[in-house]
Amino acid sequence: MAIQTRPQAGGATAAPPELAITAHDLVKTYRGGIRALDGLSLAVEAGTIFALLGPNGAGKSTTVRILTTLARPDAGSARVAGYDVVAQPDRVRRAIGYVSQKSAVDPEATGRENLTLQGRIYGLRGRELRQRVAELLERMGLADAADRVAGTYSGGMQRKLDILMGLIHRPRVLFLDEPTTGLDPEARAELWAEIARLAREEHLTVLLTTHYLEEADRLAHRLAIVDRGRTVVEGTPEQLKGELQGHTIRIELAAAVAEPRIQAALAPLPGLREVSLRDGAIYARADSGGAAIPAVLAALEASGVPVAAATVARPSLDDVYLRYVGRALDAATGKETGR
Amino acid sequence: MTSLAHTWHMTGRHLRNFSRQPWYIAFSLVQPVIYLLLFGALFKRVVELPGFATTSYVTYLTPGIVVMSALFSGGWLGVSVITDLERGVLDRFLVSPVWRGALIIGRVLQTALVTVIQSLILIGLGLLVGARFAGGAAQLVALIAAAMLLTAIFGALSCAVALALRKEESIIGVVQFLLLPLTFLSSVFMAPALMPGWMRQLARVNPLNWAVELGRAQPTAGDGSLLLSRGVALLALAAVATWLATRALRAYQRSL
Ligand SMILES: Nc1ncnc2c1ncn2[C@@H]1O[C@H](COP(=O)(O)OP(=O)(O)OP(=O)(O)O)[C@@H](O)[C@H]1O
Ligand SMILES: [Mg+2]
Repeated sequence: MAIQTRPQAGGATAAPPELAITAHDLVKTYRGGIRALDGLSLAVEAGTIFALLGPNGAGKSTTVRILTTLARPDAGSARVAGYDVVAQPDRVRRAIGYVSQKSAVDPEATGRENLTLQGRIYGLRGRELRQRVAELLERMGLADAADRVAGTYSGGMQRKLDILMGLIHRPRVLFLDEPTTGLDPEARAELWAEIARLAREEHLTVLLTTHYLEEADRLAHRLAIVDRGRTVVEGTPEQLKGELQGHTIRIELAAAVAEPRIQAALAPLPGLREVSLRDGAIYARADSGGAAIPAVLAALEASGVPVAAATVARPSLDDVYLRYVGRALDAATGKETGR
Repeated sequence: MTSLAHTWHMTGRHLRNFSRQPWYIAFSLVQPVIYLLLFGALFKRVVELPGFATTSYVTYLTPGIVVMSALFSGGWLGVSVITDLERGVLDRFLVSPVWRGALIIGRVLQTALVTVIQSLILIGLGLLVGARFAGGAAQLVALIAAAMLLTAIFGALSCAVALALRKEESIIGVVQFLLLPLTFLSSVFMAPALMPGWMRQLARVNPLNWAVELGRAQPTAGDGSLLLSRGVALLALAAVATWLATRALRAYQRSL
């Protein structure tokens, strides 16, 4: 991704790369001792898209809530658009847009009224505001429903309206907490295209959380996997996938088989790593999938394990995710029983 | 300037949403109307006792009912805060640069304006059943102003309590627990002279009672100083309550 050097309104012409978001060792503990964030750090370059991935409860939304000034960290610091989120929340608020995980439309107001009020809060007025509202509604395909009360919208339509409310004032940094949850595939693809366009053409910085690895893979310049309130790994999708050398082998089973039997059958094979059983399929890694698979099938047949299908693939982001989060979760369970 | 603009827009939001369910007014008036008609008939002859400055009980009662209705409107305002909170609307506003005071004052102003409509309806109904306002238009203006201020006071307090409790059932419980005692510990239904001493003492510090006194005062007949002292007290209390509610909003955000 080429670093853009477009001058920014009010922004210093800092030496590249200009960081739009930085977080250092954020800690957040909720009442009852739940440690939602446990020293989370991240950095996002201006004009790029950054994805936060991680299992439920990992701390993604908490991170977003702190970066958007909604919540305060117990420790650590963060800057957004050049301002400190704790010391200069008003400056941060003027520079950002926020779409929360849960829809936040006013169901008693129409789509147009929701957007208009949101725009007015940021000082937009008159014809400029009216045009901006109409243009946005049109862009998201909500023009026909614009004058209907938002309570009558479908979940996906409300989601679109949420996103428009985050964009109305042309923020410099946009936070999207699971923006595409509830959108149909077409709307999701459109939103991806729109986010990519805004980053490319308007130098918008985007931090989004998602459970769709495909979304992060396609959209994000960089991503971080978060687990238990910490960043487990961070990099470009290509870097992360590249770290997993070789291929992923997936063997779909024709009948349920206990994992120990599979481990026993495959243990003697050289060059086969990370063998696991999930959802009725064996997953393993090998430097060369094509070379390994005949031996794997032979070993399974010899142990009487019924095979339905076998595939070999380059590592996907799913593999990256499962590798880091899977391991982290095991370690965590160990820790929890120790408490 | 932004604070004024934000307050204006937030008031507009609440008024618009309110205008989508105008039947709410009728619903909110059921209880006051029943009180006006039932108590008006039941206690008709109570004015024969000394202590009432009038010979018509509905004349005595109508300002009290107007003020009681204002108390109810304000008291339930916190529920709208909970609704916004549960829908994520409040958090969305808190992430925006909106002036925090506008989030409170907007809904307080809207409710105070609704109180004006309710008051006019109740005054009209009072006139129909025989109430008279010796102070004329000036008295009516003072009565409605008192009702608005009372709505503002209890509306803001209700918002503060809602932000502290954050559960609809809790705020409903608190409000239900307080509304009737507040009403009966005042001269809404009964002349102070006829109350037991301890009740009279409590009524003296009850803002609802200040509003009733204001609404019954005769601006043209030498009640000027009473009007001024009660008016100033209600105004000051409304300011304090609004400030408290804004503090509660900050406390809410700090707990996130
Ligand atoms: N208001 C709150 N009070 C108490 N605990 C909370 C609160 N908000 C979040 N938590 C806890 O903090 C942890 C992190 O939650 P968070 O919402 O940040 O996770 P997440 O990564 O966004 O998960 P998901 O993918 O399910 O949205 C969880 O254990 C959650 O239970
Ligand atoms: Mg979340």
